Amino acid sequence: MENFTGETPVSLVSKGCDVMLWLIPILPAIAFLVISAFFVNRLRRIAPYILILALAVSLLISLSALPRAPLSGAEEARLGWFQADDLKFEAGSLLDPLSAVMLIVVCGVSLLIQIYSVGYMAGDDGYGRYFAYMSLFSAAMLGLVISNNILQTYLCWELVGLCSYLLIGFWYRRPSAAAAAKKAFVVTRFGDTGFLIAVFALSLYAKEFNFVALQQRVGAGEFSTGFLTVLSLLIFCGAVGKSAQFPLHIWLPDAMEGPTPVSALIHAATMVAAGVYLVARTFFFFAASPIALIVVACIGAFTALFAASIAAATNDIKRVLAYSTISQLGYMMLGLGAAGYTAAVFHLTTHAFFKALLFLTAGSIIHAIGTQDMWELGGLGKKMPVTAMTCLAGALALAGIFPFSGFWSKDEILASAWLRASANPLFYLLFAAGLLSAFLTAFYIFRMWILCFAGSPRTQAAAHAHESPRVMTYPLVVLALLALISGFWMKQSVPGKGLPFAEFIYFGPAHEGEIAWLMLLSTVVAAAGILLAYLAYYRGSISVISFHRAFPWVRKGMKNKWWVDAAWEFFATRIVIAGSAAAAWFDRHVPDGMVNGVAWLCGQAGLRLRRVQTGQVQFYALVVFAAIVVFVMLLRLTAGY
Amino acid sequence: MIHSSVGLYHYLLVSGLLFGLGVFGVLSRRNAIAVLMGVELMLNAAGLNFVAFWRFKGDALDFAGPVFALMIITVAAAEAAVGLAIILSVYRRFDTVDVDDINLMDG
Repeated sequence: MENFTGETPVSLVSKGCDVMLWLIPILPAIAFLVISAFFVNRLRRIAPYILILALAVSLLISLSALPRAPLSGAEEARLGWFQADDLKFEAGSLLDPLSAVMLIVVCGVSLLIQIYSVGYMAGDDGYGRYFAYMSLFSAAMLGLVISNNILQTYLCWELVGLCSYLLIGFWYRRPSAAAAAKKAFVVTRFGDTGFLIAVFALSLYAKEFNFVALQQRVGAGEFSTGFLTVLSLLIFCGAVGKSAQFPLHIWLPDAMEGPTPVSALIHAATMVAAGVYLVARTFFFFAASPIALIVVACIGAFTALFAASIAAATNDIKRVLAYSTISQLGYMMLGLGAAGYTAAVFHLTTHAFFKALLFLTAGSIIHAIGTQDMWELGGLGKKMPVTAMTCLAGALALAGIFPFSGFWSKDEILASAWLRASANPLFYLLFAAGLLSAFLTAFYIFRMWILCFAGSPRTQAAAHAHESPRVMTYPLVVLALLALISGFWMKQSVPGKGLPFAEFIYFGPAHEGEIAWLMLLSTVVAAAGILLAYLAYYRGSISVISFHRAFPWVRKGMKNKWWVDAAWEFFATRIVIAGSAAAAWFDRHVPDGMVNGVAWLCGQAGLRLRRVQTGQVQFYALVVFAAIVVFVMLLRLTAGY
Repeated sequence: MIHSSVGLYHYLLVSGLLFGLGVFGVLSRRNAIAVLMGVELMLNAAGLNFVAFWRFKGDALDFAGPVFALMIITVAAAEAAVGLAIILSVYRRFDTVDVDDINLMDG
């Protein structure tokens, strides 16, 4: 089994305060304060422009930081907070290839989505509140990306979770939205507990939070493999929750209750990517533990296939995209687990673009027509051409068709899995799972596209649809361009650096070149999926109904989301509550019992001793005389009176 | 001086018995005046004790013993007067001099 050692030496550590880099998360934070203070009610029309301004400046700073990012090692800036023993609590920024790329992606996609939101959220009462929450989210997410120590990462992690809660439940008067927000928070909290325990473990055993320092110490072999395995798995718990991997994926489909731009930003491009980012950031832990890598890869591959199968049977546009996100995140985890660090991060960036695009086009449809059920749409290609074309671009990218962006990144992940298989045959199975999910991905996304845009309108509303305003369509076009070309472009040369992506972001030995037959295979598989969708939904030559009659369990399983939600509900309502009842019984009888018992004892003693107070003076006198006699006897016997 | 075969211990025994009788009276008589009588007995027993010790152990030239006895008798008289006055006012309050009934307690 190969063993990666973190061979990334730290060459540049600047102790000063790097103001420019710091501004990236600070500007949206200032925007949050300004918007919440002044622009929530009457002046709310102005609110979005403050955020857009902040994000634009942050984007410019991020772009200027990219050429500066050191190829090996990292540029760091730290601000000490306090120190306890040898454990330093600090706030800091870390500029290395990973964070540089991620910053640009987050800033860029956020900016485009905020511009889109100006159109989408127009007229809503909570317009100002929306942008306030969005700016807080942006600040937290950028703080997470730029963080140089795991404690700051955790802090920002929780903060983005909070913003997710606030934004999912944005239309809080709707009970389903409130419930979905609660579910998201609770389920991710579940995973976050593992992450928190990992932070505790680090503070206790390593006495260090800083990523660069930890990487050096891991590279020097300071920690045992067992410790690193446990640590990695705990960190992965947090990633499972945040990135909606099985079994903690249940919150993401429900999170579609929030406004569509929220789904696009938080639940497609950035927050859910934070899990993948965390694993990439702490990859030096995982790389030292083969078991952790296998776990990551297995869960990733399983999730990818599992979610893709549910997506193929969903009728709600946003849910299809939600399950698609879960599935693609699974792909990224598979990539990381197969030691394809480059591939996973590459897929992270391309996914951010095309998934945000797909969500925004779905939002465009919802904005125009007001329904999310695909069976109520149809024929929108003629009425909403820009939306249809950009959606097609996104679909092609997602399905992984050459030469669009998704093709390059997905192909690299599958290649990593295949290459790893020579060292560990399990990866053949995971590779097959990946391939099958690629097929399903192409199928479900084109099913969605065909049902929405092709054919003829199925309802009146669809027949009277019109294209969205320019403030919404321009971001779509920009994202579509990125979705189409970013893959090819970045693979050949990352802008500002002139290097291929694989030489810019990597971990350990460099990734080997492409595998030609694999590229062909993945394209064929994707094309097969598209063909199936075309035949089934456009032509109708393959009957969906007879398929379901032949395999009824498939439909039942997919419709019931494979009973995972039901399983969690059983767990929560039966098992957890039974445990709570037992704990409550114990609490009532043992500690309370002891306290009550003491009180009972006092009462009994009082009851008995009360008899002494007879009220008869002679009795008291008798007691006095008796006592005197006793004392005299004692004195006689002991002191020799 | 008549030399008697009656020694110190005989006197102490008598005074002890007297004291015991006094204690018995104090603790077991129902009538408050009878309790006072018991107290008198105790006081006199103590006085007897003093005289006995002076006679057999002390200096015969000073009058410590009889002086003490005189003091005790005086004090006893005064105390009896005060005690009877208290019993009188108790009788006015409670309408009885039965010690078992002289209390304000419930239950």
